[in-house]
Amino acid sequence: MQSSIVKKVLMALSGIFLMFFLLQHLAINLTSLIPDDGKTFNAISHFMGYNPIVQFILQPILIFGVCFHFIMGLILEYQNRKARNKKYIYHNTNSSWISKNMIITGLVILAFLALHFYDFWIPEMEYKYINYEDSDPTKYFHELKEKFNGETYRTAIYCVSFILLGMHLNHGLSSSFQSVGVTPSRDRLLRKVANIYSFGISLGFIAIAVFHYFIH
Amino acid sequence: MDLLLKIWRQKNSTEKGGVQNYRIKNIEPDMSFLEMLDVLNQQLINEGDDPIAFDHDCREGICGSCSLVINGAPHGPDKGTTTCQLHMRKFKSGDTIYIEPFRSSSFPVIKDLVVDRSAFDRIQQAGGYVSINTSGNTVDANATPIPKPDADEAFKSAACIGCGACVAACKNSSAMLFVGAKVSQYAHLPQGKVERKERVINMVEQMDKEGFGSCTNTGACEAHCPKDISLDNIMRLNQEYLKSKIL
Ligand code: HEM
Ligand code: SF4
Ligand code: FES
Repeated sequence: MQSSIVKKVLMALSGIFLMFFLLQHLAINLTSLIPDDGKTFNAISHFMGYNPIVQFILQPILIFGVCFHFIMGLILEYQNRKARNKKYIYHNTNSSWISKNMIITGLVILAFLALHFYDFWIPEMEYKYINYEDSDPTKYFHELKEKFNGETYRTAIYCVSFILLGMHLNHGLSSSFQSVGVTPSRDRLLRKVANIYSFGISLGFIAIAVFHYFIH
Repeated sequence: MDLLLKIWRQKNSTEKGGVQNYRIKNIEPDMSFLEMLDVLNQQLINEGDDPIAFDHDCREGICGSCSLVINGAPHGPDKGTTTCQLHMRKFKSGDTIYIEPFRSSSFPVIKDLVVDRSAFDRIQQAGGYVSINTSGNTVDANATPIPKPDADEAFKSAACIGCGACVAACKNSSAMLFVGAKVSQYAHLPQGKVERKERVINMVEQMDKEGFGSCTNTGACEAHCPKDISLDNIMRLNQEYLKSKIL
């Protein structure tokens, strides 16, 4: 944990873990686009919501992973800022905006996560563990429609966040492979995978939000 | 050429510095950037002013002494070129040129444009060498055959002159390109294999101790390195470090 390289390796591993999670999340949400009145989506969501392995093992690991990643991100950002004691008056180095501003895209994702928890996770926890309501296996699809249909502000905030998420992932994916010493970050195949993955995640989630915004 | 120079002046390491303007006339386009500064300094000396301190030695791009951040770019606008090899023909008459020291908490300013880069020496001393038995049984380096591709890769990394432009360019002031180059250079050669583990662990430990930042893979170091040291060296550094820690 002391060494800068170990910190970056852990940053990369937690990021890679979160990228797998996002893929799984997108795959499940895409089923809400199937024209079967949400049957498939409800079935999978219900399974995920009530399966003890998912709820009591995978979910805590996920929450730990997110917290670990953003806390480590803040630590690295602090140390890296401290390493440059004085700013240049004229600075013009050759590197991309995205790569230099992972903290900004990251903090936007964090703010988005707060909103996302407020929208979906807190109501679910209340429903399941505080009010002990009987499980309604069709509520998931309704809730999705309720939150997005005609809800301009929420849909817009989600879409903007997904764009910034895509930017974070575009640099993050190739960077993480370099951090763990597997492939140079500019490797052509790796860059291709990073482009496909980041555009796919970003556009996929945007498509779902926009679909439910317009279609009741 | 007539130029307006905006140069960082700072009396010593403790005093707060600032930018001062200097107008300079009749500069030849074929002069090097440092010769242009020599002309300015002569002018300052003639006027009884304190000349501007800047580092230089070989003036042919091999020693790694010269530095300067010129218009925001370490070693100036030319790719793969040290400041001493930069020519004034890269600028136009009437240009304004900002000249600042390399910035890093680990490279404190000594005076004006001169910074203390001894942190690099200490990293080098922590493992950037191969121990050779000099008791009379020394094996000639050329007696050990090395595959050409390995020798080429080692040579590419060995081209690093330790100037510190990578640190100056990086938003994190990371020294990973420098350390990566030094570690890779030996990792490719059989002579480097013996001390392989201690080398990378000790050099990284010293690098962290000196306060350099970590690598966010922005690629600014590679873009401004006068010797075109590739970012791949950082990947290899990470790899060597993990191998040494885990295996
Ligand atoms: C699902 C969400 C997220 C995913 C999938 C993700 C993924 C990644 C990946 C793969 C990296 C590259 C690691 C490397 O360079 O080795 C990274 C870097 C980074 N992430 Fe995230 N991230 C997410 C959320 C966040 C959040 C919420 C923050 C909040 C601060 C954040 C802050 C950072 C920072 C600052 C870096 C750069 C660290 C550095 O290179 O110095 N990320 N992320
Ligand atoms: S890697 Fe390049 S920029 Fe960094 S010290 Fe070596 S030669 Fe200079
Ligand atoms: S003075 Fe030696 S490299 Fe520039």
